[in-house]
Amino acid sequence: MSESAEGGSVAVRQNPGRQAAKLASRVGSFVLTLAATFVGLTAVTFFISRLTNIDPVLAIVGDKATSAAYDNAYLALGLDKPLIVQYFIYLMRLLTGDFGRSVLTSQPVLADLLRVFPATFELATIAIIIGVVVGVPAGVIAGATKGRWPDQVIRVVGLFGYSVPVFWLGLIGLFVFYGKLGWVAGTGRLDVFYQGVVTQRTGVILIDAALEGNWEIVGNAFSHLILPAGILGYFSLAYVARMTRSFMIDQLSQEYFTAARIKGNSYWRAVWRHAFPNIMVPLITVIGLSYASLLEGAVLTETVFAWPGLGLYITRALFNSDMNAVLGGTVLVGAVFITINLVSDLLYKLADPRLRAS
Amino acid sequence: MSDTLGTWLMSETPMSRRQAVIGSVYRAVRSIIFNPTALIGLIIVTLLIFMGIFAPLLSLGNSPLAQNLAGRLAAPSADHWFGTDELGRDILARTLYGARATLAIVALVSVIVVPIGLTVGTVAGYLGGWVDAVLMRITDIFLAFPRLILALAFAAALGPGIENAVIAIALTSWPAYARIARSETMTIAHSDFIQSVVLQGASTWRILFRHIVPLCLSSVIVRLTLDMAGIILTAAGLGFLGLGAQPPTPEWGAMVSSGRDVILDQWWVATIPGLAIFIVSLGFNLLGDGLRDVFDPKSR
Repeated sequence: MSESAEGGSVAVRQNPGRQAAKLASRVGSFVLTLAATFVGLTAVTFFISRLTNIDPVLAIVGDKATSAAYDNAYLALGLDKPLIVQYFIYLMRLLTGDFGRSVLTSQPVLADLLRVFPATFELATIAIIIGVVVGVPAGVIAGATKGRWPDQVIRVVGLFGYSVPVFWLGLIGLFVFYGKLGWVAGTGRLDVFYQGVVTQRTGVILIDAALEGNWEIVGNAFSHLILPAGILGYFSLAYVARMTRSFMIDQLSQEYFTAARIKGNSYWRAVWRHAFPNIMVPLITVIGLSYASLLEGAVLTETVFAWPGLGLYITRALFNSDMNAVLGGTVLVGAVFITINLVSDLLYKLADPRLRAS
Repeated sequence: MSDTLGTWLMSETPMSRRQAVIGSVYRAVRSIIFNPTALIGLIIVTLLIFMGIFAPLLSLGNSPLAQNLAGRLAAPSADHWFGTDELGRDILARTLYGARATLAIVALVSVIVVPIGLTVGTVAGYLGGWVDAVLMRITDIFLAFPRLILALAFAAALGPGIENAVIAIALTSWPAYARIARSETMTIAHSDFIQSVVLQGASTWRILFRHIVPLCLSSVIVRLTLDMAGIILTAAGLGFLGLGAQPPTPEWGAMVSSGRDVILDQWWVATIPGLAIFIVSLGFNLLGDGLRDVFDPKSR
């Protein structure tokens, strides 16, 4: 590793060629890490597909096939080849977008995944917006009032978010806000009589309906969305606020903050104008991580709210022994998760001022 | 008398190894008891263990498995404090027995995860070089995996059941421990006392397991306690999806799932076991936070 040149800020000033090389090596190592992680992920899913006691041949030919038909399918699937070759074939198929066919929907798994993904995307995106808009200010306030009551309150709220099972909170939410109070709509993405009215463009109902100017449907979709998104948002809020708080505490103990106070800035002005900009870079990583985990955490929430996204697709496939669909979904979620993870890590490194040209 | 005992325990210059060990245990216990967060957490976790052990006594003679279809979905009453579920089974008894499933999962995951993480982390940190590079790259790959989804796929492939849920959770949670053990090892590896053990001719394995591992344990245990909540929530999530303990074994996640269809009318069926999951993971989080304050010098 050529980390030794990183030294102080003095070394960074001089040589633009060296900086470009360093940047290239960062990006290069990012691509390598990404590739290695994908190979790892697919190796694990391949391993899982070998582990299962569901016969892939029977899943295709059915259990009334003749033994000749069975053997043909067996050979066609390449099951007679060594494991490492089989893995290679599997990897090649994944890279060309061939995830196999879903037994349940008898559609290619990739087409299914693309169809259900927008619903999850819609849910996770609204949730992360809630998480950031509420979580970041909460974290800053908690950090700036460390040990006093606003900090304690925010800490307790966060601690609850870390401890409560998401599927249970969803059920209780349905019971209270839908069953008792009637403030929000129930499960699903739309009321039954609104379904199929809007033509699918992006798959995100809020956007599709808004494009058609059908505000009634936007409202209905929103009242279906707000409870699951709010619950997921609460989880990301807990994480974002906790991390923001600890970044903030780090900054407030630095000398520049004291200097900003001595120059006559009020405490809160110094917090927001001097300390806050410095935590924005690490926050990118935290928000990225939180977004990735929302895509994953949506599995349970979608099951509770019958939200027709990735999570519900995977769990349904799971109970119908539809391994192609389960593993395809796992690879897709894993890939999105890994990419967001690593990209936010890269962004963080690139945003490091020590790397920026003078 | 108590004064001299106190000074003996708190002595900065212990006269024997026994005094040093007893003294440090005493100081740790003292700081946990005087830390309200950790104390509440400790009480909750102790109650959980208590519930698991004494479930038959505490359930007031109600069996967790006995069905009574005539009295199904009964509201909480004097006979059934938390009501009955869709097969007329007593929810209080099932919740109490459910503590056993949770304890089993927590114990099994810890037993698998800690040795793997410690071994990988200390070996990587102590040996360095290409061993470190290879082991940490593998750790990073596992760390980047989505935990619940992978556990889901594993549980689906291996078949539902508590053992497979444990394996699935363990497979996705060891990397964090390897990371911690490695960074601890790197700070210890070049200290004088390790050098002197090397000079005395100790083998690499002896150094790792007799001198480095014990020093990594405290931060690993703190991390494990903090992780417990996540492990319990993942296990409950798998149970909720039907991939954890199989019926009729009482398990909290599966119990919430069985109350799902009747949530609007018979709220208690899902609420009580969910509340149990919530309180227990809250307890582990509080205990973990408190332990971190006690053991981690950086956060003091």
